[in-house]
Amino acid sequence: MPVILWSDALVFLLLAAGIACAWYVRQREHLLLPWRRVAQSATAMVSLLVVSLFLLVGLLDTLHFQAALSEKNSGETVYSPEVLSVFDLLVTPLRTQTEKTYSAPLAVTLYAKESIEMPDGKVLREYPRLRYGGAHLTDTQRQDSDILWRGLTGALAGLLAGLLIALVGKRWLAQRGWPLRALLIATLIIAAIIGMTAKLAAAYHVLGTDKVGQDVLYLSLKSIRTGLIIGTVTTLVTLPLALLLGIAAGYWRGRVDDVIQYIYTVLSSIPSVLLIAAAVLMMQVTIDTHPQWFDTSASRADLRLVFLCLILGVTSWTGLCRLLRGETLKLREMEYIQAAQAFGVSSLRILTRHIMPNVMHIVLISLVMDFSGLVLAEAVLSYVGVGVDPSMISFGTMINGARLEMGREPMVWWALASAFGFMLVLVLAANLFADTVRDAFDPRLNRTEMVA
Amino acid sequence: MGDILRVSGLITQLRNGARIVDDISFSIRAGETFALLGESGCGKSVTALSLLRLLPDGVVRAGGTAQLDGVELFGLHEREMRAVRGGTAAMIFQEPGLSLNPVMTAGEQIAEVLDLHQGMRGKAARQRCVELLDQVGIPDAARRETEYPMQLSGGMKQRVMIAMALAGQPKLLVADEPTTALDVTTQAQVLQLLRDTQTASGMSLLLITHDLGVVAEMAHQVGVMYAGQIVEQASRAQLLARPLHPYTQKLFAALPDATRHNQPLAAIPGSVPPLGSITRGCRFAARCDQAWALCSEQTPDWTVLEDGQGVRCHLYQDQGARGKAQEIGSGGKVNVGWVERSDTHHSLNAGDGYRCAQPILPTSLLQVSDLQVYFPIRKGVLQRVVGQVKAVDGVSLEIPQGRTLALVGESGCGKTTLGKALLQLIPPTAGSVQFAGRELIGLAARELREQRATMQMVFQDPYASLNPKMRVAEILEEGMTALNIQSNSAARQAHIDTLLDQVGLARTSKWRYPHEFSGGQRQRIAIARALAVSPQLLICDEPTSALDVSVQAQILNLLKSLQQELNLSYLFITHNLAVVEYLAHEVCVMYLGRIVERGTAAEVLRAPKHPYTQALLSAVPRIDGQGVERIRLEGDLPSPANPPPGCHFAPRCSHVNETCRASYPPATSQSATHIVHCHLYDDGLDNKGQKPIALS
Repeated sequence: MPVILWSDALVFLLLAAGIACAWYVRQREHLLLPWRRVAQSATAMVSLLVVSLFLLVGLLDTLHFQAALSEKNSGETVYSPEVLSVFDLLVTPLRTQTEKTYSAPLAVTLYAKESIEMPDGKVLREYPRLRYGGAHLTDTQRQDSDILWRGLTGALAGLLAGLLIALVGKRWLAQRGWPLRALLIATLIIAAIIGMTAKLAAAYHVLGTDKVGQDVLYLSLKSIRTGLIIGTVTTLVTLPLALLLGIAAGYWRGRVDDVIQYIYTVLSSIPSVLLIAAAVLMMQVTIDTHPQWFDTSASRADLRLVFLCLILGVTSWTGLCRLLRGETLKLREMEYIQAAQAFGVSSLRILTRHIMPNVMHIVLISLVMDFSGLVLAEAVLSYVGVGVDPSMISFGTMINGARLEMGREPMVWWALASAFGFMLVLVLAANLFADTVRDAFDPRLNRTEMVA
Repeated sequence: MGDILRVSGLITQLRNGARIVDDISFSIRAGETFALLGESGCGKSVTALSLLRLLPDGVVRAGGTAQLDGVELFGLHEREMRAVRGGTAAMIFQEPGLSLNPVMTAGEQIAEVLDLHQGMRGKAARQRCVELLDQVGIPDAARRETEYPMQLSGGMKQRVMIAMALAGQPKLLVADEPTTALDVTTQAQVLQLLRDTQTASGMSLLLITHDLGVVAEMAHQVGVMYAGQIVEQASRAQLLARPLHPYTQKLFAALPDATRHNQPLAAIPGSVPPLGSITRGCRFAARCDQAWALCSEQTPDWTVLEDGQGVRCHLYQDQGARGKAQEIGSGGKVNVGWVERSDTHHSLNAGDGYRCAQPILPTSLLQVSDLQVYFPIRKGVLQRVVGQVKAVDGVSLEIPQGRTLALVGESGCGKTTLGKALLQLIPPTAGSVQFAGRELIGLAARELREQRATMQMVFQDPYASLNPKMRVAEILEEGMTALNIQSNSAARQAHIDTLLDQVGLARTSKWRYPHEFSGGQRQRIAIARALAVSPQLLICDEPTSALDVSVQAQILNLLKSLQQELNLSYLFITHNLAVVEYLAHEVCVMYLGRIVERGTAAEVLRAPKHPYTQALLSAVPRIDGQGVERIRLEGDLPSPANPPPGCHFAPRCSHVNETCRASYPPATSQSATHIVHCHLYDDGLDNKGQKPIALS
């Protein structure tokens, strides 16, 4: 039975909006122009490839359902209380094959020695073998060569698949004048890495396991959705606030401007972590006192996520609002606005027809730039303890969990390292992409290009 | 005298190979002025920047040599080049407001140059600063030296720039449109200053300009640039007497003035071709009416005639053609004859339209009386009003049906504010604006909207007046939608087609975006937008000041023919007196929010009475350049927040007396249509014979 959580609905809404925007832009040559420029940049296209892989994982993880149980209750199908996603289904072994506790990446044994009772009654202090990781090996001595063999064959298979994709996509890319070489190389490298990881993950815990024995690779992949949702759904809240208030303040000036400016100056002078903490704690109390609102634990965690987005959105619209106000102040003195005023065009129409389209590039740039900041903000908030629900997998909760183990000897480093690595790749790719987008929309750079 | 700068075969291009400056050679003799003349986008500024090696990223010099005072510029190390810039060769730029550092005082900026190039520091440098500022004619130099750029006026800033340039005692001064951003009276001051400095120091001047008048006043040698090439090079006298290249001839013919009042101007059709679009043939061929097949096939070579005048045109290449050239030139003066064939690009039959010069009996369409627009100055925590900026201070005027009233004045005199106040875009403080007998001030928003269709505005900058995100059809439709004209969509589209025909644009252009059009075409769209609601009065706010001369002529022709066809009235706001002569029936001269003189165009321009009008007229650089006695205006326009007591013009007037400082002069009639506000024409004063010198 498909389940649509609140955040899922918002993601679908965003997706629809994105597709609608893309379709709208495709129809209009002058809007398409800066995107063509983006498409010609090798950095932008490679980072877009990386980001879209993350997006794919996030989207697959958004299609939720409840599995039907085999037993029936008086003819009615009974559904499992556990809400799963399509992504969970795809990587079922990663999800279900949990160990007892910590194990290092690609290890065949647990990380700490345990007392094992031998069949002959003797108690041996030894690293116990893992239940799943490297379980196919009879001889642990052969572990290195097995990893090497699996890694190589996996990479090779990935490379082949990558080549196949490249051959199909090559002509299509060449037609559009996109950076062919960079994209091909990136595709091959990414395909090889995915192939290698997939092959190894079938038999080992590639990134180790955490305290309760969950696969860290699985946790990292699941965290992507949380990060993406925080990064994108928040903009749904910020955007109308910033756009409406910013443009209104800039266009009408006077009292309207005073009030709006007062609101956002006050809001941005309150320490945002305090504000968020207060709001999250209030929300948590409300959720805890009304358990009857939620039929599954997933929906409870999800609602908390949505509320976190809401709160982040309410506290982070001020920057964009200020930018838009400034731009509108400049635009309202433009002669085409005055020409419209001379026709007696109504203010609302001037706002929507003349000013809004001319500030959209700023909105776009700042949204793409804010995205990475929000992903990082989630990690920080979860670390502080006011972020997402503890049962929800996110980069923040992963870091929070790993934090305590950093002090132990020998150190458990892999949970933190993988959260760090995944976040770095996602945020770096998003930032690089945002940079190119900003350059493509920058009128000053365009001008030199036109003269040039 | 030897050559101070010798440039040969200079090529500057983009990284992708498109040439901005294509094989330019010229030389400048010591103490002389060489003017590079051309429309925007011809590569004039890039030539100057190439010489000083200040090219922006993405633009590179690809060939050629340049010797400045015997030193090969392109062979120098960057460190040595730095000694040349500001030392042997200095540069002044177009926008004085942007070329001074706002956080350094005028003195500090000059001292920086002195320190770098003269090794002068401390007290000596300070003293030299004051000397230099004195030299460029800044009054009270010792005090100005300690002031910041924001405390100086535009003309003053340009003087400081010149003082900075002079600080290094350059042998060559490169002036890139030094007066384009300034008012005529200030322009006259700055040009005079440049000439005086040149005489005193013997430096050479490379003057870059688009203004034929400035060339006629300043240059010894002239190079006419078109699309990256010098198409003609001659001495000033030669060029003015006998322009050879068709492009130069057309530039002269495109200048508006009163002698062509009843004929269309010879506009050059089309616009400058985009960079690198023409690789073969003459670059002007597409716009040239004397072009033949050879012109588009073979690139013309540089031909030097016997008298040293050089030209790049097939007309002059062989002997037979030269004979033709002589024939053309034999008229001595530029004659309009050979441009009559020029396609003025509008649908009207121009020949007939212009003949009926006298319109039918004028009835007053717009009547403005005692209009005031004040902006309060607020200060303090409570935002109390502590003063008023009197932008428009008691203006009365009337415009009859089908006539053009020109409103002339320097920037800051309130003419644009007046235009917007008439449209009720800025609420007037007091007074009355009656349109066809109906009072506009104090109308409710809904009633005002009904009146909107009768009056429309054409703005100055065609790049800022069209929304870049809307297509032409949407732009034209907007007014009709807002005012509920042509409610049915098919009728609207038909109306848009008619409008595009009227302004001389192709019907297919309605599905395109503004950025696809050139400046002149954009201005046509802006005019079509105003016409979309069938107004009776168009307020044109400097509609041609952002355009090149050749395109300006196209737009002026269009405006004139539209007036004939639709019996439109124009309020033409401008600072360009040549345009006024060509277009206007009546003229109002505005100074500091008030009209100081008004009358018919002939009265005001031929026999100006007010000293300000006289000064304004004499400041305009003219091609004939002779016989006009200069009246130099001292200082700048005073602030409208704090106008001088008595006559506003008194502090700058050369005929000032006690009465002027005491009271504002009342209106004095010179004739039935000619009114002037000046004490010189009060009855009492008339007897003393203190009339100002009449202009010849």
